Amino acid sequence: MALIQFTNKGIYCKQGNFYIDPWRPVELAVTTHGHADHVKWGNKAYLCHDLTKPILNQRLGEDLHIETLPYGKEININGVKVSLFPAGHVIGSAQIRLEYKGEICVVSGDYKTENDGISTDFEPVKCHTFVSESTFGLPIYKWQPQVAIFDQIRDWVSGNHDRNKTSVLVAYSLGKAQRLIKGLAGYDDLYVHNSIANLNDRFIQAGVDLPNTIRITADTTKDDLQKGIVIVPPALAEGRWIKNLHNAATGVCSGWMQVRASRRWRSADAGFALSDHADWPGLLSAIKATEAEKVFVTHGYTATFSKYLNEIGIESEEVKTQYGNEEEEENAELHADTEHKTQEGTA
Amino acid sequence: MRRFSELIQQLEMSNKTNDKIAALVDYFTEADDLDKPYVIAMFTGKKPRRPVATALIKQWAIELSGIPEWLFAESYHSVGDLSETIALVLPPANHKTNRKLHEWIQDLADLQGKDDDYKKQFIESAWNSLETQERFIFNKLISGNFRIGVSNKMLVNALAKQSDTESSKVMHSIMGKWQPWEISYADLLAGAHVNTDNSWPYPFCLAYALEAEPASLGPVTDWQAEWKWDGIRGQIVKRNGELFIWSRGEELVTDQFPELHFLLDELPDGTVLDGEILSVKDGQVQAFSILQQRLNRKTINKSQLNDAPIGFYTYDLLEYEGRDLRTDDLNLRRQLLEKTIGRLKTTNIVILSPVVSFDTWDELAEIRQGARDINSEGIMLKKLDSFYHSGRKRGDWWKWKINPYTVDTVMIYAQKGSGRRANFFTDYTFAVRDGDKLITIAKAYSGLTDKEIKEVNAFVVKNAIEKFGPVRTVKPELVFEIAFEGIAESKRHKAGLALRFPRIARWRKDKKADEINTLDDLRQLLQSTLS
Repeated sequence: MALIQFTNKGIYCKQGNFYIDPWRPVELAVTTHGHADHVKWGNKAYLCHDLTKPILNQRLGEDLHIETLPYGKEININGVKVSLFPAGHVIGSAQIRLEYKGEICVVSGDYKTENDGISTDFEPVKCHTFVSESTFGLPIYKWQPQVAIFDQIRDWVSGNHDRNKTSVLVAYSLGKAQRLIKGLAGYDDLYVHNSIANLNDRFIQAGVDLPNTIRITADTTKDDLQKGIVIVPPALAEGRWIKNLHNAATGVCSGWMQVRASRRWRSADAGFALSDHADWPGLLSAIKATEAEKVFVTHGYTATFSKYLNEIGIESEEVKTQYGNEEEEENAELHADTEHKTQEGTA
Repeated sequence: MRRFSELIQQLEMSNKTNDKIAALVDYFTEADDLDKPYVIAMFTGKKPRRPVATALIKQWAIELSGIPEWLFAESYHSVGDLSETIALVLPPANHKTNRKLHEWIQDLADLQGKDDDYKKQFIESAWNSLETQERFIFNKLISGNFRIGVSNKMLVNALAKQSDTESSKVMHSIMGKWQPWEISYADLLAGAHVNTDNSWPYPFCLAYALEAEPASLGPVTDWQAEWKWDGIRGQIVKRNGELFIWSRGEELVTDQFPELHFLLDELPDGTVLDGEILSVKDGQVQAFSILQQRLNRKTINKSQLNDAPIGFYTYDLLEYEGRDLRTDDLNLRRQLLEKTIGRLKTTNIVILSPVVSFDTWDELAEIRQGARDINSEGIMLKKLDSFYHSGRKRGDWWKWKINPYTVDTVMIYAQKGSGRRANFFTDYTFAVRDGDKLITIAKAYSGLTDKEIKEVNAFVVKNAIEKFGPVRTVKPELVFEIAFEGIAESKRHKAGLALRFPRIARWRKDKKADEINTLDDLRQLLQSTLS
């Protein structure tokens, strides 16, 4: 019997009686990482990496039953050996390794193969069955090394300073924001939106070595922001707040920025193809390194990517899941947050 | 090439005209002098002959990238641009080159007539020496299709600013006949070629659409009204014993209209007429659909000459006895125009476009209602004391068109757009009712806001019935009002007729699919335009 099944609640391990990244409430949710499309509120218990716990507490609430594990340590759930390995996606992100009677299965969640210096470096794990994402599963997606992209971002910021523009970088609060902070530390003062600052505080409490940032408050002046670099989540990128800044120039940091049409669609002033997902060569090398006999392809270019894997002799199947909407989910969260505040304000 | 590639990136990144002009000014200040005329040629649509067929380029890119053809097709579909897809799928460059833009263009031109193996070797070695963005530029050089949102006007303004020259003079200079390899940037902007070229036309004066009530224009006595004709804007140049006919696209169309060649004998040297090329039969202007039979043909047969004889309705005089009249006022230009036309011996082919006389704006509004009866699109309003401007300028010339025709249709197919819209269903096909069937009547993609596009996109995703490659058949439910300028018989279309300039006027969320127009409604409309 297969070690995992794809059900309408999420990925289920019958032998262990738990789910991995379920989208409906269950008893035990083994969680790959803290993005909203992979972890929902309402599960009885959560199992995740040590550094994903502060994220869940920030996003879902303090009153949760959460067990944690460091990378590499194995526990036994109803006879299934469960351990976590670095996925390199965001801080705390993990591939879930399951072993039962010699059969090994790895559910990778979201992952990237380039070491970003802040999420622990991706570690390939040998297995029989591998579950892979395919967000950028087309050969047009080949990332430049992040060093080169950070150079481009610094050049852009310096050009903005020359023209008295305020540099606003648009990045997910979880993952991309911390990566930017690490990569741009010391270059300029970094001003971050509340949603990013809250997560940063949690990370620092949990012992993550994160460079200093400044939380944007009502007292922060537009002049301060113009002199530094502003980092905000996508929900704020097109809002009134940005229009009120001095001469804002927005730079979107996302793998989608690889393609001109997406750059223009986002109507940003600049696009940087900086992604927390594996690119085409990254997906292929990660999958080959697992030596898996069977690969399940979830969210992204699922049909295309699994067709290609089959053609190159790796047995593969596409699977429908509810993953892959991290931006929409994060935006919904923020909008709810903002509405909430407005209501408080008028009350 | 690197500097040009940077320019393209800057132009693409900004949607503000001032930023684009600043980027162009910087470019024309810093770039290699020999590159500049090529860039001007490219941005004004002067295309060299394509040295290598698209199919070959695609085939070589697939080979070199080592991916299957279907995967290349999927990638292309997601990117929406062939040059860019190729640039992205190829393996990284393995060496560097510093070749300049004009050297690349010349190399490509030299490929003409070479065999495919030679071409392949050249293209592959170029790809292997260029980074992604430069590769994209290189591929665009092969196709010659640069569409990056730089209008002629924007380019002219940037060149004028960069060279501290008057913009009308720059526009003047970059029109007409010149070749980027023959002329320096400085000579081009100074117009060195212009004085020796007989064919050289003036930039057309263009009108804005009148959105306000005409009463806002002030006293009627300041204005001249003419019919707005629905044909091809044309400029007829007679200098030093030569005759040239230019269309508004800055294209020489002299050979297409033999009916006008008598002007070679009858117009004095140093004369330039502005007006509309129309089909005129028995003294009546015919519908645009009839003129269409005469456009873009290499040869013209007798029946075409019979069915769609050409006339030229002239309304302005730009050069008289060799003198540039553009800074004289319309009053004077009209007098000299009437004099010039009055001297022609052949009287029924080149005709003075009549001045419409009126005493009040209300009276003119009433006259305008009769425009369709004479195959006119409405009224042109020109200020009597105005100069002949270069390009579009607000204030002196207005077009006051009658409202377009409209038809209510239902959407039956949707397709993803290209470029900026590559990831959304933005291109729609619309149908009207024919008995109990639906019959395709138009394809349109403009006229919706980004928000509406997203809404329609969501509908398409949810209600797709069938998938034919990029096309989705959708449940016939969404009703759109389509506006169009004209209607013509068409053997190529299943409906037997074709709409001119169809575009989405409104999304009729208030209407249901059974309330749309029928094919008979449109047939009746067609008959009324032909009689």
